[in-house]
Amino acid sequence: MTSAPVSASGSWPVIRSLGLTGLLVSFADAFSEPANRAALAFRAALERDPWPGVEETAPSLVSVFLRIDPLAADHADLVSRLSDLVSRQDWYEAPLPEGRRLFRVPTVYGTDLAPELSEAATAAGLSEAEAIRELSTARLRVMALGFAPGQPYLGELPENWNLPRRTELNPMVPAGAMIQAIRQCVLFSRPSPTGWRHIGQTAFENFRPDSDPAFPLNPGDEVQFVATDRAHVERMMGDADVLDGGAEVEVIS
Amino acid sequence: MTALIVHRAGPGVTVQDLGRPGHLAQGLSRGGAMDRLALYEGAALLGQAPELAVLEMVGMGGEFEADAPLRIALTGAPMKATFDGAPLIWNASHHMPAGSRLSIGGVIEGAVGYLHVGGGFDTDVRLGARAAQLNAGLGGPVEGGTHLPVGTDRQGATGMVLDVADRFSGGRLRILPSVQTGFFDEDTRARLEATAFQRDPRSNRMALRLAMDGEGFALEGGLTVVSEVIVPGDIQITGDGVPVILMAECQTMGGYPRIATVLPADLPRAAQTPPGAPLSLDFITPDEGLAAERADLAARNALRSNVRPLVRDPRDIPDLLSYHLADGAISGHEEEHQ
Repeated sequence: MTSAPVSASGSWPVIRSLGLTGLLVSFADAFSEPANRAALAFRAALERDPWPGVEETAPSLVSVFLRIDPLAADHADLVSRLSDLVSRQDWYEAPLPEGRRLFRVPTVYGTDLAPELSEAATAAGLSEAEAIRELSTARLRVMALGFAPGQPYLGELPENWNLPRRTELNPMVPAGAMIQAIRQCVLFSRPSPTGWRHIGQTAFENFRPDSDPAFPLNPGDEVQFVATDRAHVERMMGDADVLDGGAEVEVIS
Repeated sequence: MTALIVHRAGPGVTVQDLGRPGHLAQGLSRGGAMDRLALYEGAALLGQAPELAVLEMVGMGGEFEADAPLRIALTGAPMKATFDGAPLIWNASHHMPAGSRLSIGGVIEGAVGYLHVGGGFDTDVRLGARAAQLNAGLGGPVEGGTHLPVGTDRQGATGMVLDVADRFSGGRLRILPSVQTGFFDEDTRARLEATAFQRDPRSNRMALRLAMDGEGFALEGGLTVVSEVIVPGDIQITGDGVPVILMAECQTMGGYPRIATVLPADLPRAAQTPPGAPLSLDFITPDEGLAAERADLAARNALRSNVRPLVRDPRDIPDLLSYHLADGAISGHEEEHQ
């Protein structure tokens, strides 16, 4: 009845079934850098050598999801192959996938475009200037994309940024908003309500369905929210010719 | 280019197809038609590919005109349909002369109807599909005044009909264990199977919410789970303990515990359950599920050979139509929906 974890030691990683059409390889039950690294590396290994019956794979914060065609592959065989791959190396210390890129995204911190910076800085025990220095020099990893098309979960910030979500929902923040909570940032694909704090604003588009690639960010990429002035960001937000929100893009592996 | 002119459309009318699989890693769900089986049925009726785009009509259709002769087919939830005033048979193909008016009203049973045209709707392909996906900003509702381009029709018969799987009044959904099923104790899982649910009217292309009397299914201590990939069919237990079945346009990642997932072959039934209609959830074994999926695929593959002429003698058509209406072969419940 229950989907019993397949794990020799009774600990992580575990392989679990989601009905007939999904398998989930999880490296932890809560976020950690090694578990995310493991998920990204494991997914890259699956993508390098696609298996019959596996229709797509997707990493989340600490797991890899496999969408399978149950009529094209035997479930037990797939679980056994996954088990072999899991035990082949220490995924928690695996190198991150190749072809990753760093995006340096011009960002205005605070002002009326990102009005919750000062509240977040105070909660993190910093002045606004100190907060901007910490935030704008951090290189954050795209740990996963989801919730909205192309929308990255970015992490991790230092421990002082382990801020709880606000109790009140901000009714609407715009696309390109950089929002923050629980040592993570999210860069919004579309206007959306949120309980996270709106601390920065960019002209970055996560999802541009009529361009190639439609999704500029991939899991494992890095983003640095470089501080700029309000006018710069505002100008780019209105300019359809500005690509990637004016970001400098560099291949890092 | 041939077009279908939309004079008026209900609020839930969109262009759909089989969606855009393959973008889970980038946060875009498959989307596409809620009742995928209906796309295969329409394709069988018109003798064309199931990938062609159709109009999905949630609850209510619209008023349409052909600017050139078209072949059409109607599938999914039966709706009140007339052709220049004459009633039309559902789950059938029809010839639509240039200038004629097709009027599609509310659903008679079920929830979502489909209008197919020979050659499919030839709207812009974006990321490999024509399906509108509103929460991703891909396309939008079809509005009055729209001229929908129609692709080249390979031509073929009209006046064909298909007996379809009855899935339009709720009923039993077969479910399988998912990733957090084991977090719910045996009593809770047994109660899930014993509960008489109804489809909550607050349901949409993203999620079908279940309504019920009595205690919910919330995990003790309100256990939080790390966000994971979610897919259509997954049954999340939200904060208030109510089960929610994720549908075609769900998000790609969610943090609510999942008590089970609906067998893919039963998703058309879920999608077609009208508001207030009964639903029950019934755990099956993976082997039973696999057998059901095989049978579902076989039935889909057999659709084309099950298409048959509506009538042999055209002179019988008016009589046959009235016979069907009076007999309730279309539905016995027209009065309730007027």
